[in-house]
Amino acid sequence: METITMVAKYKTSVKEPGIPGVLKMMEDRFVFAPNDPRLSMNLNVDFRQIKGHKFSKDGSKQALLNLTQDPEKGGGYIFEFNNFPDRNACRDFVGKVLGRFQSAEKPPASRQAEQLSTKELERRMKLLTEDSELQNLHKQLVASGILMDSEFWAARKSLLDNDNYGAPKQRAGFKSAMLADVKPLADGRTNKVTFSLTAETIHQIFAEKPAVHRAFLTYVPTKMSEKDFWTKYCRAEYLHKTKNSVAAAAEAAEDEELAIFLKHDDILADEIRRKIQRVDPTLDMEADLGDDYMHRPDHGILRDGSKETVEGDNEFSRRTLSQDLNRHGSVVLEGRTLDVELGDTRTVAEALARSKQGLSTENSDENVHMEKSERVCRMTEIEDLQAPRSFPVAPLCIKDPREYFDSQQANALKTLGDNGTGMKPMDCNLSAEEAWIYLIGQISQVKVRGFNHPIVQSEAALKVLNGLNQNLSSTKYQFGKNSQESVLDRLPRKIKDDLLNHWSTIQELLRHFWSSYPITAEHLSKKVGRLKDAMTEIYVKLQEIKESVQGDFRHQVSLLVQPMVQEVIRSNLKKSFTKHMSVWRCSRCDLKSVCPTWV
Amino acid sequence: MASSAPPPKLYTDDVSLIVIILDTNPFFWGTLSNTTASNFSFSKFLNHMIPFVNSLLLLNQLNHVVLIAAGVTSCGYIYDSATAVASDGGQKVPAVCSEILSRLEEFVAKDQKLGNGDLRTVGGVMSSLFSGALSLALCYIQRVFRSGMQHPQPRILCLQGSPDGPEQYVAVMNAIFSAQRSMVPIDSCVVGMQHSAFLQQASYITGGVYLKPQQLDGLFEYFTAVFATDLQSRSFLQLPRPVGVDFRASCFCHKKTIDMGYVCSVCLSIFCKPHKKCSTCGSEISHSQTEQLDRKRKLSEV
Repeated sequence: METITMVAKYKTSVKEPGIPGVLKMMEDRFVFAPNDPRLSMNLNVDFRQIKGHKFSKDGSKQALLNLTQDPEKGGGYIFEFNNFPDRNACRDFVGKVLGRFQSAEKPPASRQAEQLSTKELERRMKLLTEDSELQNLHKQLVASGILMDSEFWAARKSLLDNDNYGAPKQRAGFKSAMLADVKPLADGRTNKVTFSLTAETIHQIFAEKPAVHRAFLTYVPTKMSEKDFWTKYCRAEYLHKTKNSVAAAAEAAEDEELAIFLKHDDILADEIRRKIQRVDPTLDMEADLGDDYMHRPDHGILRDGSKETVEGDNEFSRRTLSQDLNRHGSVVLEGRTLDVELGDTRTVAEALARSKQGLSTENSDENVHMEKSERVCRMTEIEDLQAPRSFPVAPLCIKDPREYFDSQQANALKTLGDNGTGMKPMDCNLSAEEAWIYLIGQISQVKVRGFNHPIVQSEAALKVLNGLNQNLSSTKYQFGKNSQESVLDRLPRKIKDDLLNHWSTIQELLRHFWSSYPITAEHLSKKVGRLKDAMTEIYVKLQEIKESVQGDFRHQVSLLVQPMVQEVIRSNLKKSFTKHMSVWRCSRCDLKSVCPTWV
Repeated sequence: MASSAPPPKLYTDDVSLIVIILDTNPFFWGTLSNTTASNFSFSKFLNHMIPFVNSLLLLNQLNHVVLIAAGVTSCGYIYDSATAVASDGGQKVPAVCSEILSRLEEFVAKDQKLGNGDLRTVGGVMSSLFSGALSLALCYIQRVFRSGMQHPQPRILCLQGSPDGPEQYVAVMNAIFSAQRSMVPIDSCVVGMQHSAFLQQASYITGGVYLKPQQLDGLFEYFTAVFATDLQSRSFLQLPRPVGVDFRASCFCHKKTIDMGYVCSVCLSIFCKPHKKCSTCGSEISHSQTEQLDRKRKLSEV
């Protein structure tokens, strides 16, 4: 294919004047060199990075060609040409090249079957960034082309799935700030007091003050408008704040709706009574009464600049701070059960009413009563009259004891019969009779002769002590002072990291290796070939590590490396492999070349 | 026996209860004396072992030693220092020895009688019943544990010669784990030709000492230097540590020692061959599932 060379200006955005230079388009890349050699604006871009191209209309102000890199990110390479024919030549060229690339790319993309959404990619990226080990593995295996990205993730489907479904969207609960406690704002000049209510605040007021909630449902909008309702509410709150109980009483007498807000909340009181019933019956609540200083003058909690004390049984007595706090706390803990968007007050109120109804039917009084009596039983249980509690361990369950033990016995006898599996039998040239006679003879010999006179022979004892000492000092040297410390910890850091790294890589490779058997398709055999090569490389590296280590550690390292090497060799030599108790025979494949030691 | 134990003793932390398990396998001892040049025999072994028992008793007045014999067909208690003191009251050392020896003789005779009717002995069973002996030891220790708040610190010492019996694998491992649970260390001293994988694991798991003495004629020295130390003192001492432990298991089906095997995914039983059904817990291990997986994989990759 030909190349095109044009005079053009390169610019990063349309409005820039641009850098004059020469654009050269080749089969697979384009190169831009500015006329001014001092500028470092040389471009050399592969067409594969270019995803699309845009251009200005013929006859418009500028003859532009924009080679876009990423449709989402935007940005790219903008070139301005002297005239439209030049531009069009380049445009057609780029169009051809890109078309060719796309047609070349298409088939593999469709073969991959699963087109990855950006979300999926993001999840994978997240997993990789969270787990550095996984990232290393990914980098090593996928980047070097041993595994395909899809293969790598296919083995980790569960990881992706977990992330997918494991975390349902968390619902936000109530704010812990006490929004229902609306503070009036006075502007200081006039006597006007302003309350501001937001949807969130109203929701909380409904939740924490059921009486207000009920009043809202009954009065609005039949008897009064929503605005009037809240004005009344705020007025009541204000009276409450100013602690003017006389004024409150007077106003309540005049306006029965206002009185609702000032009176004790009877729904709340009911609820509290029910809750008290559910309190542990052995708890003596009356004993606490003596500790209550709230009723004394000069005692109490500081709120809004003044002490609050509980006055007698005034109908319009104020709620104390602790009551408010407790109520708020319990509502927050109950959680938000509403699924309605906050906004329209009426719908919120109705939804809240519905959810409450659901709750109240759930724990009917009967239930509560049952629970209570059960509780009493449990609390007043007399331990020594109870049967012993079962142990917290699950007993071993042998389904059919007879089958289990009989088959064990039969098998055991069988092995004894053909004798020689497992342990190497000692060649016993004694008959049973002889052996018994010998043993009894030995015992009686001791009986008759008594003990050797010096029980400890100094020579032997010395040998033993020397041997023990030597053994001890050598093991102490080899294993370090701390028995928990492993050999790995005492190796140089780099070697340790390398070993662990290789170990995890080998495991990953082996997992893929075995999972591609039996080889039924061409791509599987290709994959095995790639895995084989990768393992060969690691084998060589392991040998290098083994040789690089100095003297004392050398033995330890080779002990560590041994199982890895064996695993690699095993994977290359075994022609049949069993997994999940089923035998898969794999076609003979010549993998011997992997292992240099195997000839 | 327990009721005759003297009332409140002052058990300090260096008072030990040592249960010694003694290998009385006639085939092992017979072969040992016949074949090896080491010139070691059962009588020589007793020459080291019995003085060791005596020295244990001398180490602390309250030390308690129990001897258990592990034979080929049976195992049993040989000697209990608690009862011996109670019955003989302050006897001299030779009396203790003669008691051990005569009880040992009785045991061997009984073991022989039990074994004679059994065809297995003809084939030459080489392993002793260590699983049974370990269970006896653990039972004895449990009784001591339950005798009161204060009790001596128990440990088990295995003196094994004959090779492991892979058919006892499950029983031995169970004994080892119950010893681990009740914090009883199992010390092991192997006087035989080869290492014992069972005892290596037993000592490793329970935190005991495993030793295979090189100089059998200095056995007494090994005993006193290594195995006489009480648990309290062990924290200050450097005792021999094994270089490696043979962790191989026996399969549950044929009692073979295996390197690689199949593990039931439900109860972790070990088998040397694939089974359709686990013989321990009865779970069905279906092949169809793996085949299905296989098919799925192929479909997804093609």
